[in-house]
Amino acid sequence: MRNYDIVIVGGGPAGLAAAVSARQSGIESIIILERDKELGGILNQCIHNGFGLHTFKEELTGPEYADRFIAQVRELKIEYKLNTMVLDIGQDKTVTAMNREDGMFEIQAKAVILAMGCRERPRGALNIPGYRPAGIYSAGTAQRLVNMEGYMPGREVVILGSGDIGLIMARRMTLEGAKVKVVAELMPYSGGLKRNIVQCLDDYGIPLKLSHTVVDITGKERVEGVTLAQVDEKNKPIPGTEEFYSCDTLLLSVGLIPENEISRGMGVTINPVTSGPKVNESLETNLEGVFACGNVLHVHDLVDFVSEEASAAGRNAAAYVKGTSVADAAPEAEICLNPTAGVRYTVPSTIRRARMEDNLTVRFRVGGVYKNCFVSVYFDDERVIHRKRQVLAPGEMEEVKLTKEQLLQYPKLEQITFKIEEE
Amino acid sequence: MEVRNLICINCPMGCPLTVEMDGDEVVNVSGNTCKRGDTYGRKEVTNPTRIVTSTVKVTGGEADMVSVKTKQDIPKGKIFECVKALKDVEVQAPVHIGDVIVSDVAGTGVDIIATRNVLK
Repeated sequence: MRNYDIVIVGGGPAGLAAAVSARQSGIESIIILERDKELGGILNQCIHNGFGLHTFKEELTGPEYADRFIAQVRELKIEYKLNTMVLDIGQDKTVTAMNREDGMFEIQAKAVILAMGCRERPRGALNIPGYRPAGIYSAGTAQRLVNMEGYMPGREVVILGSGDIGLIMARRMTLEGAKVKVVAELMPYSGGLKRNIVQCLDDYGIPLKLSHTVVDITGKERVEGVTLAQVDEKNKPIPGTEEFYSCDTLLLSVGLIPENEISRGMGVTINPVTSGPKVNESLETNLEGVFACGNVLHVHDLVDFVSEEASAAGRNAAAYVKGTSVADAAPEAEICLNPTAGVRYTVPSTIRRARMEDNLTVRFRVGGVYKNCFVSVYFDDERVIHRKRQVLAPGEMEEVKLTKEQLLQYPKLEQITFKIEEE
Repeated sequence: MEVRNLICINCPMGCPLTVEMDGDEVVNVSGNTCKRGDTYGRKEVTNPTRIVTSTVKVTGGEADMVSVKTKQDIPKGKIFECVKALKDVEVQAPVHIGDVIVSDVAGTGVDIIATRNVLK
């Protein structure tokens, strides 16, 4: 068995940024295990622009953004194994993995960073009636086919779900000569970023039908069309509103789910709201020395924030390995972060002041669309943050910054409550 | 005075912009949180432009396709012409980020450059 200080599972944006920051924090012995044949993860198929404005102050495409981090990983001579699947991690941080060269092998890690990313919600999770003909793809599969393999999945397209990948693919397929007839969204608001509605749908005159869903798929061998219907406030199709669209392709962009099979297997506690691990201020799970970052922790809209979060996980894992984090952590009650009144979850879920860095970004999502409201943060019963916001929507991740100094002023603090208030 | 409400597309913040116009002249842009928003607002109502991204075939490399983009933004009306010009382009590996794949695409004066490395 080989020994490493830090094993990072996944070589996408989260794993890369975590590796770079762990090395910069002084850890020599690091290995990234990646199941694909190249580093970069999902960025490799996200050929559109809009990445990196926060991190690099310039607008990059996905592959360019990935390359910036891959170059750093190479420059820092961080070890990685491609085509390598992690099968299992024990509670003692023994990582079991396999690939074609080494066969099955084990690595003993001092710290583990989970950076496996997420997967798309499949058709099976949606209960759409109808046959199972060819021509139904998740938006990300279509993205990979078009952008990396060079295949067009179809010519006449209907998209269900207004997640960002679906919106991006509406534009991409249009540019490649397909006719995207409509994007249907079950909810009364879009699941994607506003900018993507503008530049992917509005620019090309593609209609977005909110509160609509697919109630039937026609075609036995190949999709021949889909029937959309409007839904009521309980998301039930309204009879008489059915409309048939002939098409040969149905793309699904109906949400992403963090991929936590390995985490669950090792006993990591999962937050049912995010489907990602519950973590403390160090992005550490309930298992000491096991950290999580990126889309495996909670699904992000923006890779820049993944990199930022993963850098923190890398620094914290390094501190754990060096023993510095343990040394100064006086036993003290954890502060609980309590999402309520419109706030669905927070990352992290708990804070230990002694181990917190000077600044801590708390990220969260809201459960509905809120206009002209306030994001409020209460330290126990005292409101300490009250920030006016024009619009809050579930499709856009929010953040609140807390400082260690601020928290130290409240030595008896037990709970921090996050809520959306009208005034 | 004409007022147009836009969503800034420069970054995922998607700031809601209000552009005030006097005829063809932009008088004021508000709602933006950075300079890019101001520039976008002014451009969008006078000469809207976009960065275009696509892929072209590559032979003899570790991948079959290489992703590309316009080096600068091009007029919105030129997008389809630009993508069409890339349809039959085929390049030989190796390709490096920043390599010019097509120069002066669709008469825009803007080059198409590679956005990923494809080694032999």
